[in-house]
Amino acid sequence: MMDYDKILCGRIKNVPPSGIRKYFDLLSGMEGGISLGIGEPDFVTPWHIRDAGIYSLEKGFTKYTPNAGLSDLRSAISQYLKRRFDLEYTAVGQIIVTVGGSEGLDLAFRCMLEPGDEVIIPTPSFVCYGPLVSMAHGVPVYVETKAEDEFRLTPETLRSAITPRTKAVVLPFPCNPTGGVMERADLEALAEVLRGTDIMVVSDEIYAELTYGHRHVSMANLPEMYERTIVVNGFSKAYSMTGWRLGYLCGPKELIAAMTKLHQYGIMSAPTTSQYAAIEAMANGDGDIEGMKEEYDGRRRFLVDGFRKLGLSCFEPRGAFYTFPCIRSTGLTSEEFCDRFLTQEHVAVIPGSAFGPGGEGFVRACYAASMKDLAEALCRLERFLKSLESC
Amino acid sequence: MTKLLQLLERDCTLTHEELAAMTGMTAEAVGEAVRQYEKDRVLLGYRAVVDWDQTDREAVTALIEVKVTPQRGEGFDRIAQRIYQYDEVESVYLMSGAFDLTVIISGRTLKEVAHFVGEKLATIEDVTGTATHFILHKYKENHLIFEKQEEQQERFVFE
Repeated sequence: MMDYDKILCGRIKNVPPSGIRKYFDLLSGMEGGISLGIGEPDFVTPWHIRDAGIYSLEKGFTKYTPNAGLSDLRSAISQYLKRRFDLEYTAVGQIIVTVGGSEGLDLAFRCMLEPGDEVIIPTPSFVCYGPLVSMAHGVPVYVETKAEDEFRLTPETLRSAITPRTKAVVLPFPCNPTGGVMERADLEALAEVLRGTDIMVVSDEIYAELTYGHRHVSMANLPEMYERTIVVNGFSKAYSMTGWRLGYLCGPKELIAAMTKLHQYGIMSAPTTSQYAAIEAMANGDGDIEGMKEEYDGRRRFLVDGFRKLGLSCFEPRGAFYTFPCIRSTGLTSEEFCDRFLTQEHVAVIPGSAFGPGGEGFVRACYAASMKDLAEALCRLERFLKSLESC
Repeated sequence: MTKLLQLLERDCTLTHEELAAMTGMTAEAVGEAVRQYEKDRVLLGYRAVVDWDQTDREAVTALIEVKVTPQRGEGFDRIAQRIYQYDEVESVYLMSGAFDLTVIISGRTLKEVAHFVGEKLATIEDVTGTATHFILHKYKENHLIFEKQEEQQERFVFE
């Protein structure tokens, strides 16, 4: 008999299983269940983008692409970043097309971390950063962002987490699950701490297009930070292209060269069909972004307003497509709240505790769902909260 | 303010409270704006889009190209009025190009529609010609697709 426990490395064994899955397994067996749990757009990819993918297949474009991605796509990304975010990255040498933003993060950590190197990760945040850092032999250092700071990373918190082993800091803004954003002044305060150090910023800007009431600013926009920043972005959230698995990394050319080396051995090249579709998205998709964003904005206001009317305090999310209401007033832990809400009312939301330190006492509800579902979920929440009062 | 109209155009079942939350207005302000729009006939009505093919009810729709002689001083308006007064007429558009008016008619049977065209529409003074096209199948109307859309069954759940 093989003892596979001895075969597996300690690093992967120490990665805890996701605490989220059970909600979906339970929900799928329920009649009339509503999911505000899934973290992906509810729109189908706009037709002209799908059509471009189909057309590339019709023409027989089914071979590998260059490792770093089609040059037309990298040019399109370069122009897009200039047009939308005033970022300057050259198509040759500074951009690599990846299999989703996730691969970009993985490449960034694995190309930079020596065993024991620390990566500062603000939480609550997307669950992948810590495990990816650990798998790259690094040490995740979690720092909490707080509702009273509008879930921004403060310079004090950042400074207190820095040690001689700090290699990088992740900036997950606009933030899943909190909806927190960092404006230029907030970034400037962090930049003050980081200038003159060798610490790199891994800026996960996958939600950059989904901000409400202000334009996203990248850390790479700031003086002396461009050379210290790796920008991770992708097509999933902006163009509703999650299943196409396409993202990109931009940064200093010395780093991108190393990342391209790793990418070529691990992945070869990102899916060709997706890359052709993505060229169309970048060339003619600005209107799609605006349309979807407007739709999300209405739902966002509706859901936040709904929580507040039911007596749950809710930070106004200014980016991404999540609300992060505080459920402490119910006296339940966030996991108890989600378990009972799902069992009693068949609505799935995700416990804040799943997103790392600082998430306890909150739940994540995604508003990438229809207005009908959101309205029904709020009705059920009202009934649920009443049931808690009466027991 | 067009925001409110856009939201209603997409989904007129949204309540004033929902519209208020979505736009940041108060429910009272939404109610007032909607009443004013209705009064000014900016908002003409609220209708459901029905796929009658899925019911027992027979329904036939025809698109008719109509050529007319415009009248002095009135242009096409008077003739259009005479046409749109009929209950059978769903829509009337003034067109550029080879003919003048597009008239969309619905009836219960082919015969009923043919009768309307032959007896009522074609006999109107100043109508010089008609070409009737029966609609065989509706795929999409008002941005709504009639065919049941398949959904991807297995989805990622971990994020």
